[in-house]
Amino acid sequence: MPSEKQEEAAVRVLGRWPSPYVIRVLIALNLKGVEHEMVAEPKGNKSELLLASNPVHKKIPVLIHNGRPISESLVILHTSTSAWASQAPAILPSDPHARAAERFWAQYVDDKFPTAIRVLRGRVVGDKEEAAAEVSAALWQLEGAFVECGGGKGYFGSDGVGYLDIALGSHVGWIRAVERINGVSLLDAAKVPRLAAWADRLCAHPAVVDVLPDVDRFIEFSVQNDGALAKPVDEASK
Amino acid sequence: MAEKGVKVFGMWASPMAIRLEWALRLKSVVYEYVDEDLGNKSDALLRYNPVTKKVPVLVHDGKPVVESAIIVEYIDEAWKDGYPIMPADPYERAQARFWANFADEKDLNGFVQCNAAVYPVFTATGEAQGKVVHEAQQCLKTLEKALEGKKFFGGDAVGYLDLVVGWYAYWLPIIEEVSGASVVTDEELPLMKAWFDRFLAVDVVKETLPPRDKLLALNTARREQLLTA
Repeated sequence: MPSEKQEEAAVRVLGRWPSPYVIRVLIALNLKGVEHEMVAEPKGNKSELLLASNPVHKKIPVLIHNGRPISESLVILHTSTSAWASQAPAILPSDPHARAAERFWAQYVDDKFPTAIRVLRGRVVGDKEEAAAEVSAALWQLEGAFVECGGGKGYFGSDGVGYLDIALGSHVGWIRAVERINGVSLLDAAKVPRLAAWADRLCAHPAVVDVLPDVDRFIEFSVQNDGALAKPVDEASK
Repeated sequence: MAEKGVKVFGMWASPMAIRLEWALRLKSVVYEYVDEDLGNKSDALLRYNPVTKKVPVLVHDGKPVVESAIIVEYIDEAWKDGYPIMPADPYERAQARFWANFADEKDLNGFVQCNAAVYPVFTATGEAQGKVVHEAQQCLKTLEKALEGKKFFGGDAVGYLDLVVGWYAYWLPIIEEVSGASVVTDEELPLMKAWFDRFLAVDVVKETLPPRDKLLALNTARREQLLTA
């Protein structure tokens, strides 16, 4: 149950800006109108706070609320729904079937996009054509899901930006960046018209606009950081 | 097209499908079980789950839900006045979800999480087995922390996390027997071992477990197949 205390318990997010998983948390907190502080994790050494807050994975993002840490972006999204349940909007729909559908597609997003995008960034070595094809195929599936979930309105969430919008939307920065870096079209208005329009709409949304910077910044980050880290793709990561 | 009722599309030896049965029985929901031949999937299954084509699938009044952990949560929400599966407190819920992910998924960097650490025990042989067993034990030791001071992961009674990792209690000893490995021992994983016994004694679990000899035979054959491939 949401706390009745008006005292603004510190809400902190441990993270770093180009991470889609961090972006998710920031969008959710913005949507809920929750005041928060982003604590930037330094590159290289992990902070003591991070190691103490997420000892199992030692990864960002971590949400610290009322002194208690919560890790994993989708878990944090769920927590935002319940911890600030009295504040609109609801991030997940109320219908159990609709909730299950959004959860399924969010899991699908995290299954299909991260590795392919890292290949396309040049962050790990891999077949770029194959990676682009994987992203396109996944977007095509999600184009169908868009109609199912949102009922043909502007977002996956039937009432506005919701869980799945955030889960997929957080990848849009990098999707657009790798489009430019590789000269490919993924969020292609001809192939996935609804998603292409949705991406523009989402990026302009007040809760998103400040935390999903312009594609040029993603490209700049990639140029500065990804080349140096390219390494052979691990056989275990499919 | 008002198709009413609850159907589970599963496979008798699938630890993922059994999660649904446990959840439905905790809620006292009557369901029809459709046992799929995974080498020859039914048209119905492919129609209900065109994206991943996998079992299990829950069909509730004609509408499908896929992915077993997601389905368990769906069952909890759709029959919200029944047995409480998810913890009530949001922070406890976050912990339960976190540990369920730790057990089930491979993380984005290909870091092995529990299921991915346990599967290799099935086929590892010789020297490699020692290393693989150790990794599996490390994962399970981390997971075991969520049991400290409790009868079940859910507290005094079984909850979401028990249903998600419960398959270890029955399937792991079989994997150990088939492969000759020893993973969950009193010395290495005392809390986990004790929880295995408690979990297997729960009514809805006892009622649904597939026959041990059949499961043992299937896994023995599968292991031989994989090793000689």
